[in-house]
Amino acid sequence: MGLFSFSIKKVKAGLARTRQTFSKLRNLLSRELSDDVIDQVEALLIQSDIGVKTTVALIDHVREAYREKKFTRGDQVFDYIKRYITELFPAEDRSLHFAPSGPTVILVGGINGAGKTTSIAKIAKALRDDNKKVMLAACDTFRAAAVEQLEIWAQRLGVEVIKGQQGGDPAAVAFDAADAAVARNADVLLVDTAGRLHTQQHLMRQLTKIRNVITRKIPDAPHEVILVLDATTGQNAINQARLFKESVDVSGIFLSKLDGTAKGGIVVAVRQELGLPVKFIGVGETPDDVEPFDPEKFVEALFSE
Amino acid sequence: MLDHLTEKFSGALRKLSGRGRISESNIREAMGEVRTALLEADVHYDVVKKFCDDIVDKAVGSEVLKSLKPGEQMIKIVYDELVQLMGPVDSHIMYVQPAPTIVMMSGLQGSGKTTTCGKLAAYLKKKGKSVMLAAADLQRPAAVEQLRTLAEQVEEGSPGGGAVRFYGEPDKCAEYGKAVGVAVKVCRNALKAARSANVDVLILDTAGRLHVNDDLMGELRQVDKALNPHQIYLVIDAMTGQDAVNSAKAFNEQLELDGVILSKTDSDTRGGAALTVKEITGKPIKFVGTGEKIEALEEFHPDRMASRILGMGDVVSLVEKAQEQVSEEEALKLQEKMESGKMTMDDFLDQLRKIRKMGSMKALLGMLPGVGQQLKDLDMNDGELDRTEAMINSMTRHERKDVDLLDQSRRRRVATGSGVEPKDVSQLVKGFDMVQNMTKQMAGMGALQRMRALGGLGKQDLAAMGGSSGPSFKTRQRSKRKKKDRKRKSR
Repeated sequence: MGLFSFSIKKVKAGLARTRQTFSKLRNLLSRELSDDVIDQVEALLIQSDIGVKTTVALIDHVREAYREKKFTRGDQVFDYIKRYITELFPAEDRSLHFAPSGPTVILVGGINGAGKTTSIAKIAKALRDDNKKVMLAACDTFRAAAVEQLEIWAQRLGVEVIKGQQGGDPAAVAFDAADAAVARNADVLLVDTAGRLHTQQHLMRQLTKIRNVITRKIPDAPHEVILVLDATTGQNAINQARLFKESVDVSGIFLSKLDGTAKGGIVVAVRQELGLPVKFIGVGETPDDVEPFDPEKFVEALFSE
Repeated sequence: MLDHLTEKFSGALRKLSGRGRISESNIREAMGEVRTALLEADVHYDVVKKFCDDIVDKAVGSEVLKSLKPGEQMIKIVYDELVQLMGPVDSHIMYVQPAPTIVMMSGLQGSGKTTTCGKLAAYLKKKGKSVMLAAADLQRPAAVEQLRTLAEQVEEGSPGGGAVRFYGEPDKCAEYGKAVGVAVKVCRNALKAARSANVDVLILDTAGRLHVNDDLMGELRQVDKALNPHQIYLVIDAMTGQDAVNSAKAFNEQLELDGVILSKTDSDTRGGAALTVKEITGKPIKFVGTGEKIEALEEFHPDRMASRILGMGDVVSLVEKAQEQVSEEEALKLQEKMESGKMTMDDFLDQLRKIRKMGSMKALLGMLPGVGQQLKDLDMNDGELDRTEAMINSMTRHERKDVDLLDQSRRRRVATGSGVEPKDVSQLVKGFDMVQNMTKQMAGMGALQRMRALGGLGKQDLAAMGGSSGPSFKTRQRSKRKKKDRKRKSR
């Protein structure tokens, strides 16, 4: 699939920085292994938000291997962790699934401020550049000016947007949008929803309703349900992912805001607890700043400072 | 998802208290659990390290070792230390003369700046201050429009005396990175407008930016230099993980923050970022965002946050949640009904629905101290409540008023109507009877007796804390039989 291949070629500032600063740990790991080096690796893992459980499991293994003299050099530790994490994310998980015929519907959800609308703009641009006819559904009828925000993106990208009234029923907008997508032969319909905290049960039920309404209009839709996770989120991301999965059966994660200093290690814990794959990463503010998730690069970034 | 921390902590506690007397190495061992717990609450690695070292020093030097209840003593030390580190409470905004007092919001993308601006305006309006909201976020599409809408909402819908105005220059908006520096001019113009409109407070909503983006951080410094805001706040998401340390440090270094606003605390995050940010910046946490509504901005309570980080429950928040759903008047009416034994199935249903609006049963119970851990393995299914609701819905109006009417045949009908077994209906009726009897009996008791009758807190638990301010750390689940027995005794 040619999707997003264009963006891989781009070396983003965020990742460039990652490589430059990577040297610190590489120095550490090229040395002989010691308790002190292991402690530093442990601190790095914790600070990447990978979670205590996973860190303890990894470090326990490393310590044992060190005691048994199976690991003697730092790079063995790095290789081990890299292998462990990359094996968690096999390649086939990361592609988007398209409808065999008719419009492919991608439902996008997440908590307030996760970056849903920007992420949608990114996916929309990539698909549009892939010669697909893209439509957007502005189902965030709650937050002030959310519809306008999506409209501005639609205008910039030259794609159509279906909207409803501010304060109106988002499920009704979703229904109309699914209708329009079929009628106008769209290839992809991206459904933007209002940010909601996973603890707000009624809002989570509303999301389920949006999903159900789409399914009623297009039987096998939505074909993808993307949860946008902010890379700066800590352990609470597991709760977020769990409850979003329960309410709309999430099929993949868009890890946003990886262009800062946050490592987004929480996706490892989310993967282990819930089996959710990471599909894309957001690495900036412009619609081009999206990349397919690459576990190897991701692990390297975990070890940068 | 419930309280890993309570679990860990209680585990450590049991280890300590089981031995009666403890040694320094016991303390270190228990602190290992505390360390894990704090890390799981998203407190930063280095902050945790320092915190635990300090606690060990304090515990070793104190009376803990000789104390009869070393576990509780230890937790008290940990709790007190957390409260102290996150305090003191300071939600005071210093107003300057001549007006306006300039408040600048800053933070990462999606931390909740714009929403917080609206909430702060509502807060100030309630205090009788006139406010101008100025849109200095020219990057995010429609951010100006969002702030304008919020300003209108507050002006029209929120209580209080002050006027709420808006200043924005939507034509200055541009794509990301293309309008850097323009915000400075807009802010200057906003200040002019605020002066001529004679408002008390000018709030600047700046664009979200990464702390590593030098251009945009430079723009913030320019605004800072040009307007010299009296208060600069960092808005930070309560769910932030380890990275909180980096953004807080950068914003504080570049802007000299005056305070922090913690947003989205209505999530189920443990909120360790609060401790991290306070430790790193040393600046007070001024307010917390507690919900979707525009009024949902509250003063920060270090004691509640400490309980939360430690997973010890948050009774105060629970009570507040309940108050959102039930007015005092309603509660009084219900209490009278209950005391006179006239509570009906309809009242019960009404209560049930109100409780459900507050959130899932498990989440609610998790707010009670000590309950979190016991609930962990219990599959609290909200479907149970659905079924109860369905059963009551299948009863006739007469039956709801007088459950004694429900004979075998009626119970079978209700069961069929709600898709359950007749024995489920019987169980509901029995439970309802029990509650009714209990409330009738409790009518004559004082508050403390009532509390004890309901189980949970024993008198000695309260006393053990040496006062009423701290939470109780010891809870035991008592069976219903015991509850009854104790009730009889206290009668």
